[in-house]
Amino acid sequence: MMTEQHLLPSGLPRIERVQMQGIVKRFPGVLANDRIDFDVGAGEIHALLGENGAGKSTLMKVLYGLYQPDEGQVLLDGKPIEVHSPTDSIDYGISMIHQHFMLVQNITVAENVALGLRSTREPRLDLDVVSARIRELSAKYGLQVDPQAVISKLAVGERQRVEIIKALYRGAALLILDEPTAVLTPQEVEDVFVIFRQMAAEGHALIFISHKLDEIFALTDRVTVLRDGRVVGTRLTSEVTKKELANMMVGREVSLERYRPPVEVGEARLRLHHVNAVNEDNHPILKEVSFEVRSGEIVGVAGVSGNGQKPLAECIAGLQRVQSGQLYLEGRELTNLSPAAMFKAGLSYIPEERMHDGVIKDFSVAENMILQDYIHPPFSRGIFLNFRYIAEHAQKLISDFNVKTPSRETPVKNLSGGNIQKLILARELARRPRLLIAAQPTRGVDIGATEYIHAQLLEQRGQGLATLLISEDLDEIKALSDRIIVLFNGEIMGIVDNDEVTVQELGLMMAGERRAPVI
Amino acid sequence: MTHELTLAAILLGIIHSGIRLATPYLYAAVGETFAQRSGVLNLGVEGIMLMGAFFGFLTVFRTGNLWLGLAAAAGAGVLMGLIMSVVSITFQAEQGISGIGLYMFGLGMSNLLFKSMLGTVEGVQGFSELRFCVTDSFCLADVPVLGDIFFSHSLLTYGAFLLVPLAAWVLNKTTWGLKIRSVGQNPEAADSLGVNVAGVRYAAVTLGAALAGIAGASLSISLLNIYQENMTNGMGFIAVALVYFGSWRPYGVLVGALLFSVVNALQLWVQVLNLNIPSDVAVMMPYVLTILALALPFRRQLQPAALTKPFSRGES
Repeated sequence: MMTEQHLLPSGLPRIERVQMQGIVKRFPGVLANDRIDFDVGAGEIHALLGENGAGKSTLMKVLYGLYQPDEGQVLLDGKPIEVHSPTDSIDYGISMIHQHFMLVQNITVAENVALGLRSTREPRLDLDVVSARIRELSAKYGLQVDPQAVISKLAVGERQRVEIIKALYRGAALLILDEPTAVLTPQEVEDVFVIFRQMAAEGHALIFISHKLDEIFALTDRVTVLRDGRVVGTRLTSEVTKKELANMMVGREVSLERYRPPVEVGEARLRLHHVNAVNEDNHPILKEVSFEVRSGEIVGVAGVSGNGQKPLAECIAGLQRVQSGQLYLEGRELTNLSPAAMFKAGLSYIPEERMHDGVIKDFSVAENMILQDYIHPPFSRGIFLNFRYIAEHAQKLISDFNVKTPSRETPVKNLSGGNIQKLILARELARRPRLLIAAQPTRGVDIGATEYIHAQLLEQRGQGLATLLISEDLDEIKALSDRIIVLFNGEIMGIVDNDEVTVQELGLMMAGERRAPVI
Repeated sequence: MTHELTLAAILLGIIHSGIRLATPYLYAAVGETFAQRSGVLNLGVEGIMLMGAFFGFLTVFRTGNLWLGLAAAAGAGVLMGLIMSVVSITFQAEQGISGIGLYMFGLGMSNLLFKSMLGTVEGVQGFSELRFCVTDSFCLADVPVLGDIFFSHSLLTYGAFLLVPLAAWVLNKTTWGLKIRSVGQNPEAADSLGVNVAGVRYAAVTLGAALAGIAGASLSISLLNIYQENMTNGMGFIAVALVYFGSWRPYGVLVGALLFSVVNALQLWVQVLNLNIPSDVAVMMPYVLTILALALPFRRQLQPAALTKPFSRGES
């Protein structure tokens, strides 16, 4: 007989404690989890912190039944359990919110929630019953969701609310959150944190995976740091500092500060003059965009995801048609030229989707280093590639830019995200560009590689490179930019001097409040 | 006057045979709709139809039992569906290629079996036309116009048309239908909620193949009542095209099947009436129509996102 305090408000039993003991998980050539101990209790939010590839997601997939551990056991309230599939874990009251949305696009919220559950009217669906329960949960947790809405019509923040509803609907005595804030705006992050705290207060146990230190401190009670598949340590969040966690995570002293020395700003390298662009449906995506980027400065472009950042980068790179307006590189008009012509004119481009637009996954490191320049000497002679030079070039960039790869012949898909980004940075900077567009250069990249990439960008700035830095990470924009452009709905809300603007002011502009442009 | 009567009779004939001819397309295309909604493109429908047509015919020829024949056709379909499933779901082969392989297998196997077990073209007494007789002397089938259109088809034809609302109901209103739609759209999401992706796909492909087997039998033991080598003559491929034409919806498939079979009936009459159109052009008409319909770009957007993509856990 269970007493009142052992039940969650939903009426389901609480999970008092889950313990993972000595978990080992091997993949071919990789020891992803090496004898990991981890535990979480009712009412607690326990952070799992580590860089990409540290083994966080693997450990949680073991707990959720998506992977089977090679060694070790999972205890639920002291009793060993076997979790062979998500069906088992859901039965035990374990839910997971994944890093990427796990939603079926073309069906409704209610259908997404009902998927995989038994209906009260088998074999028929009982979507009215499901919808009523969704409305109850929405009201209780302040999660506004319309059960009849089709997922593809929902904004990113709404989709995350659907994921939370899905978990709550299944009970979620233990809820695993795998980087749930990656795609949310600062305001949306605060909103979901309120819900997570409410769940913890009600007796749910929560595991929060992240590599964002601020979020760890804002939300969690305890934090376990993983590195290279091993536990580095577990601490009470209130008893550690940001710096200590960063050092535990990377395994050496890291600097979270960025030093941006004064630099002599030179001539205008890039100039946009009343640029307009439309998407495939003929909707405007850039409206009357005008600005300059000068030699020796980093101009940051801030904005909530999808407000024109990508079309802006692509207009300059020759990948998106400029409908009206002009684009000048070093005074020459280059509007609507091909990407090849833009590269030849001195542009380098770090694209937002690095796996999709930045590299060819199945090509080797060396081949990816020459994607633009393979056709020019010294990489080629006539119709023949100069393999000796290509190899030397790759070897030099690998060591200069500290790219961790087994060899220059390794296919790029086998490298970590941070090292792929270093490879792209190396390739783009080795071309000695006049202008660099860096779109989301450190998204999904670990702290160590981020530190390195930032240092390189600042170094190049000191040497007179003009850089347009597009980022959804406001801390990154603030740390590196000399001036900041804020985009909203494809329009410039203002161009401000970094030293004279606060994050709060930037936030307001990102939400659509206009400022008189400052040069 | 005579001329007008002839025209009316011809029109009636076209409608009647249009409905009759829709039968195999409906079974095969609705079945293929299940497979494709689950994310598997089964191009082997033609081969499955041939096997269904053969085993349905053989069973009726040997036993005289029509229901046993229908069961044999569905059973042959199930076996073919399991082959397709093992190859394309378990072993994750390229679906377009494995489907063509299945077609070639079905074509060759049915020819071989025909030669070794029957040898010559024979006839059977298949499913006959229902006539909906109210009394001994009055049958609904004898009502002018309506009788010809609605009340003079075989049981399998009525079954084919009833299959459409049934399939729409299963896909849209049942828990199993939700699973089918989900594994065809986002198998990772379905997997994360404990849905057995491979299991759902096996079931959908095998059901579709059983229906393709019945589609073949509808030719050999209902519409034509004979078995000939390669008697489906491309119908299975048209059925796959009809699924695209119908935007992966049973009612859309119904519209496509009717349109196609009416145009087909039309071209038969064009040949019969000896109009001044080369018969090759007439025979081509339905296929030209299919190509035109498939070229409409907006239909593509409704395609199941995971169609032709094998699923395996652990790859992002």
